[in-house]
Amino acid sequence: MSKGRYGIHGGQYIPETLMNEIIKLEEAYEHYKNDPEFVAELDKLNKEYAGRPSLLYYAEKMTKDLGGAKIYLKREDLNHTGSHKINNVLGQVLLAKKMGKTRVIAETGAGQHGVATATAAALLDMECEIFMGKEDTIRQALNVYRMELLGAKVHPVTTGTQTLKDAVNEAMREWSGRVDDTLYVLGSVMGPHPFPMIVRDFQSVISKEAREQILEYEGKLPDAVLACVGGGSNSMGMFYNFINDKDVKLIGCEAAGRGVHTKETAATIATGSLGVFHGMKSYFCQDEYGQIAPVYSISAGLDYPGIGPEHANLHDTGRAQYVPVTDDEAVDAFEYLAKTEGIICAIESAHAVAHAMKLAPTMGKDEVMIICLSGRGDKDVAAIARYRGVDLHE
Amino acid sequence: MSRISDAFKNGKAFIPFLTAGDPTADATVNFIFELERAGASVIEIGVPFSDPIAEGPVIQEANIRALSNGMTTDGVFEIVKRVREKSNIPICLMGYLNPVFHYGYERFFAKCQEVGVDGIIIADMPYEERMEAKEVADKYGIDVVALIAPTSEQRIQMIAKEATGYIYLVSSMGVTGMRSEITTDIEKMVKAIKEVSDTPVAVGFGISTPAQAADMAGKSDGAIVGSAIVKKIAEHGENAAPVIYEYVKSMVDAVKAL
Repeated sequence: MSKGRYGIHGGQYIPETLMNEIIKLEEAYEHYKNDPEFVAELDKLNKEYAGRPSLLYYAEKMTKDLGGAKIYLKREDLNHTGSHKINNVLGQVLLAKKMGKTRVIAETGAGQHGVATATAAALLDMECEIFMGKEDTIRQALNVYRMELLGAKVHPVTTGTQTLKDAVNEAMREWSGRVDDTLYVLGSVMGPHPFPMIVRDFQSVISKEAREQILEYEGKLPDAVLACVGGGSNSMGMFYNFINDKDVKLIGCEAAGRGVHTKETAATIATGSLGVFHGMKSYFCQDEYGQIAPVYSISAGLDYPGIGPEHANLHDTGRAQYVPVTDDEAVDAFEYLAKTEGIICAIESAHAVAHAMKLAPTMGKDEVMIICLSGRGDKDVAAIARYRGVDLHE
Repeated sequence: MSRISDAFKNGKAFIPFLTAGDPTADATVNFIFELERAGASVIEIGVPFSDPIAEGPVIQEANIRALSNGMTTDGVFEIVKRVREKSNIPICLMGYLNPVFHYGYERFFAKCQEVGVDGIIIADMPYEERMEAKEVADKYGIDVVALIAPTSEQRIQMIAKEATGYIYLVSSMGVTGMRSEITTDIEKMVKAIKEVSDTPVAVGFGISTPAQAADMAGKSDGAIVGSAIVKKIAEHGENAAPVIYEYVKSMVDAVKAL
């Protein structure tokens, strides 16, 4: 069996054209992750440019209102570019530069990974091209312009469902035509090995900090850790350093869209089955013949028919639990957090907040939970207004 | 000796590709007979997939047409079964791993044997991942055709050593589709393959003219043409038979003249 396995999941299911490049990437990463100069450079970028460490904020009003567990928010929304995506791209774009690449390409759903990649490319002097489903360029028009301001070229993808999965298809096609000077900066803990490992490692800074912070504030580990899951990068980052703490419950919140009993859902663990796609073996939403299903969620960042292989394995082993959260629940949570704590979070992150609102009241007042607030919600305000039937003139 | 090996016995091979169910199953069966009549050595039949990441726009669109007309994995087997009623031409399926995996390797390759499929090409199953499918394919006598790319370099001989059926030499970087010129040093790659393997080598990706087909077959054991044929099917639909017959015959003639 090939490299990069998480139980039965993972692997390297990609065209031969990309195999040598993937092997070179793994070798470069294994070298640089232990290179003191690389580590110091990345550390400096994380601190001085991205604004790390991010705050662990005690949501006192929310805690009192829900009347159960003590709720902390890991504020990835306060990072430069407004989400956890910057953690991964600074690492990968710096790695690309060390590998002698001059150009990076990336897929994006909500636009957060695209904006983060364009940002890192601007800072580190790399050419940058972003692939984004045409449907998403409409849902997230502001982020398209933001990427262009940062000097990136945005390609609207008009194939398939014109969303995140199609953007990944197109970025892979582009990469297979041009590997010499280009690195595909994958945005989530998915794709062929070594991407799930690299992205998880760069994102694991979230739980490394959160673990230290909660021990400092509470003198103990949390009882539950919650994060939203599409491909699963913020959740993998949020879970990783708690995996060996067996008493910490890990809960991933999937996008159920209009409900797991409808076709308009993106909840992979709840509705998917084992398959091989986008370079990895994992769970996917698919039909009886293995055709990938057109998925739906109000959240462009969770609108993906698969889940990263390490999550699939955490599900198989029972170490993490995955729960579906509907559009309605996420929008309610989006508004609740804004009114209760004065924080407008990303609609993606609102899926985790929504489950926390159900879970916290069932927990004791001496128990502690951390929610990963993966991004800020400015990008979603117009869509939420539309959802509520409010007519905005921007 | 398998039907595929026999196909490379009489001079250079010409291998056309078309997508199953594009535009209909009946048309595909009819097109395959026309391709055989035009002198094709092996037929590659694309198993449509929702997300064909190694294809350019022409074959992507063929996949969409086939799937929206209801083509399924069972439908592909039905097409092969109908071809086998009248023809002995070697047939190689080509597609992506998920539909095969999801059908179940045992069930899929047993069915291949039953209906008379000779080989399979899986675009997203590199050497490192081959065993899970190949073990089962071997059991049923189905050749798993290996792909070698311009970037394969030191991997060429590792892949070639255990290749059976034929070796699909990818002529160019990127996805399938027509190209005005092919710049890869094909001769050098074929030489590396021939040092370790007797399995025939056919070159595909980017070929659309008789001159290109003759050039590539001259440097190897055969030429594979996909997008250029699929484009004619897209233009002429169910009436494409005479067009693809003439077109493929011109390329067969060029290749066989070598």
